[in-house]
Amino acid sequence: MTVAPARSSGTGTKRPVPPPRAARQPWRLRLGWWDLKVTPYLIIAPFFVVFGIFGLYPLLYTAWVSLHDWQLIDGDQGFVGLANYTELLADQHFWNALGNTVSLFVLSTFPQLLAALGLAALLDRGLRGRAFWRAGVLLPNVISVAAVALVFAQLFGRDFGIINFLLGLVGVDPVDWRAETWASHLAISSMVMWRWTGYNALIYLAAMQSVPKDMYESAMLDGASRWRTFWSITVPSIRPTIMFTAIVSTIGGLQLFVEPQLFDPGGTATGTGGTDRQFQTLVMYLYEKGFRLFDAGYSSAIAWVLFMIILLVAVVNFTLTRRIASKG
Amino acid sequence: MAIATARRPSRFSVAHAGPFVYALLVVVLLASVFPLYYSFLIASKDNSALGDAVPSLVPGGNLFENLGRVFDTVDFWLAMQNSLVVAGTVAISNVVLGTLAGFAFARLRFKGGNALFLVVIGTSMVPTQLGVIPLYMLMSDLDWYGTLQAVIVPALIGAFSVFWMRQACEESVPYELIEAARVDGCSVLRTFWHVAFPAVRPQAAVMGMFTFMTAWNDFFWPLIVLDPNDSPTVQVALSTLASGYYTDYSLMLSGASLAVLPVVGIFILLARQIVGGIMQGAVKG
Repeated sequence: MTVAPARSSGTGTKRPVPPPRAARQPWRLRLGWWDLKVTPYLIIAPFFVVFGIFGLYPLLYTAWVSLHDWQLIDGDQGFVGLANYTELLADQHFWNALGNTVSLFVLSTFPQLLAALGLAALLDRGLRGRAFWRAGVLLPNVISVAAVALVFAQLFGRDFGIINFLLGLVGVDPVDWRAETWASHLAISSMVMWRWTGYNALIYLAAMQSVPKDMYESAMLDGASRWRTFWSITVPSIRPTIMFTAIVSTIGGLQLFVEPQLFDPGGTATGTGGTDRQFQTLVMYLYEKGFRLFDAGYSSAIAWVLFMIILLVAVVNFTLTRRIASKG
Repeated sequence: MAIATARRPSRFSVAHAGPFVYALLVVVLLASVFPLYYSFLIASKDNSALGDAVPSLVPGGNLFENLGRVFDTVDFWLAMQNSLVVAGTVAISNVVLGTLAGFAFARLRFKGGNALFLVVIGTSMVPTQLGVIPLYMLMSDLDWYGTLQAVIVPALIGAFSVFWMRQACEESVPYELIEAARVDGCSVLRTFWHVAFPAVRPQAAVMGMFTFMTAWNDFFWPLIVLDPNDSPTVQVALSTLASGYYTDYSLMLSGASLAVLPVVGIFILLARQIVGGIMQGAVKG
């Protein structure tokens, strides 16, 4: 993280302030002093105000709501302590959603980041038309998740889907992508991968390009293969970037909602993620409880548990990635 | 290191990639584009064409009929209009507020500036989506349910814009110009308006378009706080198309193609700059 270079020569932007005479200074000068001291805070304030009111406050208030029997329409029905949480721990739908969330997260994140590394390595070769290839891999990322989910719902259709058609060409029987748990998880993960692999590849590519070239040259003089150079020079050099993408993907992956929600067009309104909840994630369950069944207290308990899980996984991820990447 | 110097144009930095690399990239590119093309393909055909034993990759002749059905099924004009208002307002606001804040963090010195900037970066890691229940209650209390400001106001300024514009100011706003303006007695805001903003206008434009696309694509929060019948955005209208009693793929994907069109247009125009912005953020972030 680069930070604003604090300039050593303290002249120019900072006007000397003579405190004893401040009162007698012309208003213009005093205004100038105020301007320099206060305006910076005023112009960064909107960010903190918006984030505080619409981001942080609701998140923290979720903890308070989760301790109540709170109905979305009828409001607070009284403090119940940890009752929502004890109920949650005995709720098999919660465990099912947790399992699905973890499975989808693992299936989509790890292959995706590996693929992104490989793609970045390809893009890092001296290519003709670099701008074209880079734009091409980023394209899926700017398409709305809602549209992507609808297209993939068709691609993975049981009867007329093109994936089943292609599988049929090599003699595989049609897969019912929505009914089977593992199949639905594969299909949904492929959506996530489609949207994010290129984006992460560009982030890796940017990091790779700042690896000093002499490191590669000396490795080549030592006769290292491209494969070895990649794993023992490139990957360790971009370790901080890999950590960054792993954490960001974790935070996003555990909150997966739109892809599974729209994967089953017929069941979209219910939000149960398939007839047997095969692909209902935690955020989908939160949505179902909160906005379909109006149980705000219970829904908030789900949110807060997920928040804790995200914190925990982010920390574990951080330590793990650091260790793996440093081995090289 | 004489040898190394002599060999400087090494195969890592300059040598061109072989046909194998290009072949792999072509495959990746096809995978990127195919779902979009497929969406358009289905949109151009009658639903019965889906049952063909061998799917054809040639567009059919039903595109306009299907698009017409989209407008008959949901009020897609209203949805487009709403999305335009939401994404437009959010983009302009992020340009103004993001550039102001970015300018402050890059070029003004104030107590705690660096620490506050780190806080800005940190907030982008906070899973605020999980606060959706109280956020909904807040909007109800404000009587904002079903109104566009419920979607606009929380998105008026994001960490990403502040970060992006701080980067731009670091690059393009020289200290000398700011000092000159100050010596001439310009206030901070005047300095910003006459010196900093003109210098970063190109980056601000790209950031604005990027924010526009993000706001246009947003789904989770609009789905919750907007009324699908009275105040849908394009993405919410898409989910309405998808929730019919039977799955009408031609209809759904006609809607999806329409929803994607403006974003793909912007992307084609500005791809180079958007790629640049993302990659720069990665290195310096």
